[in-house]
Amino acid sequence: MTAAAPVQDAPFTIAGQTFRSRLIVGTGKYTNNATMVAAHAASGADIVTVAVRRVNLDRTQEEGILYHVDPKRYFLLANTAGCYTADDAIRYARLAREAGFNDFLKLEVIGDQQTLLPDVAQLLAATDVLVKEGFQILAYTNEDLVTALRLEDAGCAAVMPLASPIGSGLGLLNPYAVRTIKHRLSIPIIVDAGVGTASDACVTMEQGVDGILMNTAIAEAADPVGMATAMRHAVLAGRLAFLSGRMPRREVAVPSSPVLGMLS
Amino acid sequence: MIPTPVRITVNGEPREFPDGLSLLGLLEHFALDPRAVVVERNRQIVRRPALAGTLVRPGDAIELVHFVGGG
Repeated sequence: MTAAAPVQDAPFTIAGQTFRSRLIVGTGKYTNNATMVAAHAASGADIVTVAVRRVNLDRTQEEGILYHVDPKRYFLLANTAGCYTADDAIRYARLAREAGFNDFLKLEVIGDQQTLLPDVAQLLAATDVLVKEGFQILAYTNEDLVTALRLEDAGCAAVMPLASPIGSGLGLLNPYAVRTIKHRLSIPIIVDAGVGTASDACVTMEQGVDGILMNTAIAEAADPVGMATAMRHAVLAGRLAFLSGRMPRREVAVPSSPVLGMLS
Repeated sequence: MIPTPVRITVNGEPREFPDGLSLLGLLEHFALDPRAVVVERNRQIVRRPALAGTLVRPGDAIELVHFVGGG
């Protein structure tokens, strides 16, 4: 723990599960597992994401992420990354639940290879099926209010609008849209994808969202452990700034020192 | 008489195994821990307790998956 927060915060709860950290981190793209383990610890995250893939038949078991991420210490959030249709995502979801430890799923259905932007029609179709099967769906989506509303209506546990495209590091491109989604939905809003550095994470949390999910910003930093530490502080700082209520923006200067008592 | 091998695909690769091999036997062949791998046979998940009793049949499409790093 860092400095005690004087402002009271509500717990970070998704589908009845409460987590201490509002930062969710990925397990992909690290140059080695020791760095990943150290970065996870430095991030303070409780939830880490994992993907489902074929076992490599010609290698040892070492490549499985469970040999490096302790499922007793971290809540594992499986994803459907790489799926382009609802049917594929549903198939991966079922495999993930069988492989995993909970009903939570980061549902991701990609619609375009270049931008990796989501296919929201397929996303909604997959959500309908998986919610009926008892999954707690955290839906990766555009920063589009109407899609977010539909996902909430469909029974998602959380909606995860992007800050900018996956792996782009462009930061929060549309704070207004993300803020609007947060204002209008009752379920947790977790910004997923696009955060590039600590200031991005801070600005994102200042919009009032419930949490942030990131992978590349930490994994591809020159020093992932240092960046994970920075992200932990940035998420805390952004959350605290949001709860504390920022001053109004003004187009004119207002002096901070008294205007009276100046020498004549 | 030479037993006919069973031709299947495992993770997209064509493979041959002796007749009578169970899915648990298949995992053992690849030195895979059944607690860390999920088996899908012809698009249907075969849960762990059923692995020993499910025999590989000609033409089966088997997928062996596990968790890897991802975001």
